[in-house]
Amino acid sequence: MELSIPIQTGSTKPNRLKLTLRYLRRNKSLVVGLAMLAFLLIFSIGGSLLIDTSTRAYPLAAPAVQPPSAEYPLGTDRDGRDLLAVMARGILLTGSIGVMAGSIGLFVGVVLGFLAGYYGGWVDSVIRWVTEVLMTIPPLILKIIIASTIVDKNKVTIFTMAGVASILSWMGTARVVRSQVLSLRERTFVSVAKLSGMSNLEIIFKELMPNMLPYLAASFVGAVMGGIGSSFGLEVLGLGPAREPTIGMTIRWAQFHSAIFNQWWWWVLWPSLALVMIFASLSLINRGLDEIANPRVRRSE
Amino acid sequence: MKLSYLVRRFLFFIFVMWSAATALFFVPRLSPVNPIRERFAEIQRSTGYAPRDMEQLVRAFEAKFGLNKPLIEQYFDYISGLARGDLGYSLMRYPRTVNELISQALPWTIALVTVTTILTFLIGTAIGALAGWPRSPSWVKGMVTPLMVLAAIPPYLLGLLLIYFIAFRARLLPLSGAYTTGRFATPELSLEFLLDVGRHAILPSLSLILASVGFWALGMRGMGVTVLGEDYVNFAEHKGLKQGRIFYWYYVRNAILPQVTGLALAFGSIVSAGILVEYLYGFPGIGSLLNAAIGANDFFVIYGIGMITIFAVGFSMMVVDILYPLLDPRIRYDRK
Repeated sequence: MELSIPIQTGSTKPNRLKLTLRYLRRNKSLVVGLAMLAFLLIFSIGGSLLIDTSTRAYPLAAPAVQPPSAEYPLGTDRDGRDLLAVMARGILLTGSIGVMAGSIGLFVGVVLGFLAGYYGGWVDSVIRWVTEVLMTIPPLILKIIIASTIVDKNKVTIFTMAGVASILSWMGTARVVRSQVLSLRERTFVSVAKLSGMSNLEIIFKELMPNMLPYLAASFVGAVMGGIGSSFGLEVLGLGPAREPTIGMTIRWAQFHSAIFNQWWWWVLWPSLALVMIFASLSLINRGLDEIANPRVRRSE
Repeated sequence: MKLSYLVRRFLFFIFVMWSAATALFFVPRLSPVNPIRERFAEIQRSTGYAPRDMEQLVRAFEAKFGLNKPLIEQYFDYISGLARGDLGYSLMRYPRTVNELISQALPWTIALVTVTTILTFLIGTAIGALAGWPRSPSWVKGMVTPLMVLAAIPPYLLGLLLIYFIAFRARLLPLSGAYTTGRFATPELSLEFLLDVGRHAILPSLSLILASVGFWALGMRGMGVTVLGEDYVNFAEHKGLKQGRIFYWYYVRNAILPQVTGLALAFGSIVSAGILVEYLYGFPGIGSLLNAAIGANDFFVIYGIGMITIFAVGFSMMVVDILYPLLDPRIRYDRK
């Protein structure tokens, strides 16, 4: 009898942690993506704590163009930056550009999507119409035009980058949120909430938002990827923050000084690998979240 | 009814182009940058040449480009110029016009991106169709996830890795350019030249293909899974049709429609899709022109390229909207 109790409780009512773990075992994309992201974060935060990245990631901190060695494990670049410090700081800077741009995009998209879906009518028409016009503008081109009006590249900060990168990044989110709200709005729990005297804002935050969390999370990760991607595009074209060692700027300088032709392979390889890892991890996380939000994808695997 | 739809759709296209042009006119003018002054400042930085009568020079050129007129007059000049297809003068290669520079670069871009877009569409759709088909081996079904991860990586970065490993380490293919400049002084129409161009185009194409094949595969698989659940597929199975017939004429035939729309839309981004990759490989297309214009503060070329890309996207969206009901009879023109 003493033996049977734990077995029974264990098999009929597994705790939340166990359920989550069991689910994660099936959702491999999410696990692998999160693991890669954790590695990047540990590397960059740990690196920033252990070495002084605020000086060593900037020019004249080390002898120029040293291949990887015991003292400089990832080598140094032509302007005397220690690439280990550059990587640690760069991943954080690039990541924060992405998170800032993604948050702005998500916020604008959610607000417009909710307005369009929940209120309908002319609000919906105007928002949809503006979206349709803006869809014809390739975002990178508009960002290039806006970024090129800032002539003094030394004044460009990661905040400017995030601002420019967030332009036109809200349309996808607005569309998803709008269609979700349209389908949720007709459900009985919303009518019940309305009848019980909840205000519109209360319904939006207490009833609709929780139901859309997986979608919002996936949109956010997508917006972060978009932000990092477009800031990278601007940076390699020479429109980025000239003073900051972001990953994109590091690749820009490596290309600018023809690192490949000069056989300085380490200057190109580390930032490329870092960026590939960032994109791969975010894309896997996004796929994992999509699977949670959208059980149809799960079934089709 | 059909004609009125066409007219309405065309008017919407004109409206979109007009709003984009207006935005392109006013956004740069919100910033204190003076294109002419910046161009002279750039010349001064790169050559050390500093004219003493700089202010006079700037004013003379402003008058030449009509930049000293009132804003509203400039705006009408600009819009009427655009309506005639005139994008103005280039500042870095003055007195050549933006049109000249763009028409020199555009054929390279169109050739490169058309070929890669079609190849990507075919490869991606085939992989997606096979990945969604229940009888495919499991390694084919598992291909979509790695391809999606690849699709998340910017083509520029893939190109950089390809240059490093294939062109630089293995020395299999040329590093940059569109043809061997030592062998051919100018582009010519000979088999030898075309083969040389082909060799140079492999790596840029490969970076573009690898970076987007996943989207096509995912789209096709998603649509295919939906089609497999339809009654007519079930019915075809029970009639005892051959698997090959079901695959091509029931499954692929119905799932491919959204892919075709996507292909038409992808042709809209033909000008902008390869910008960074072209610049990376020194391919003499729009991307390299844009990079040169950014480096030389040639704002008129930047805005001109902006207008061309917006035109391409807007135009292809219109074509898709008009053609789609012809492809899929379930959709009608007068739908809300």
